[in-house]
Amino acid sequence: MEMLFDAVSWVLILVGSVFLVVGGIGVVRLPDVFTRMHGAGIIDTMGACAILIGLMVQAWFNIVTIKLVLIVVFIMFTSPTTTHALARAALGGGARPQVRESPEGADVGEGESPSKT
Amino acid sequence: MMFAIAAVATLVTMVLTIYRAIKGPTVYDRILAVNAFGTLTVVLIAVYGFLSGRPEFLDLALVYALINFIGTIAVSKYVEYSHMGRPSGGDELGDI
Repeated sequence: MEMLFDAVSWVLILVGSVFLVVGGIGVVRLPDVFTRMHGAGIIDTMGACAILIGLMVQAWFNIVTIKLVLIVVFIMFTSPTTTHALARAALGGGARPQVRESPEGADVGEGESPSKT
Repeated sequence: MMFAIAAVATLVTMVLTIYRAIKGPTVYDRILAVNAFGTLTVVLIAVYGFLSGRPEFLDLALVYALINFIGTIAVSKYVEYSHMGRPSGGDELGDI
């Protein structure tokens, strides 16, 4: 039984590490700020929460588990809030999502057109 | 062993996000990268606590998550409105 818990926590920690690196590559490689928010969301939800749930399985029923549950719940609440506020600030500040072509042909941003840098 | 792998992955991702925070063309890229960096710091503190056998560091991780959220919201509101408090004009700009 102990070995089963160890295996589950190791799988969760490995999956979380892989998703952390994938989200980091997404933050570097994606073209504009709105798609980079997608990479940051992968880091927040899949990566951090998988690693913290893996640690939670590792420290089975402790005060440590309660603290880890608090951290995970807090991250799950604050990550969409932060992304929403930041996307709203970016739209208000003049950044537009990069689109390949528009149906009407005009009045679309070309991506990365900031008013303040 | 697994904790070391998680710590190394966290450090690699920290390098990637700090690259975006330095290079990022707009200020929003920098805010996004700093927010992701704060989340990675929370993960790194928790993993290091398990790695060194002293999980009491989790209080620091919890407080760091709180400060990271408040700081990101404050900075994005400051960048959007150029000040912290009153609406800058119009009636519907009062709160986010």
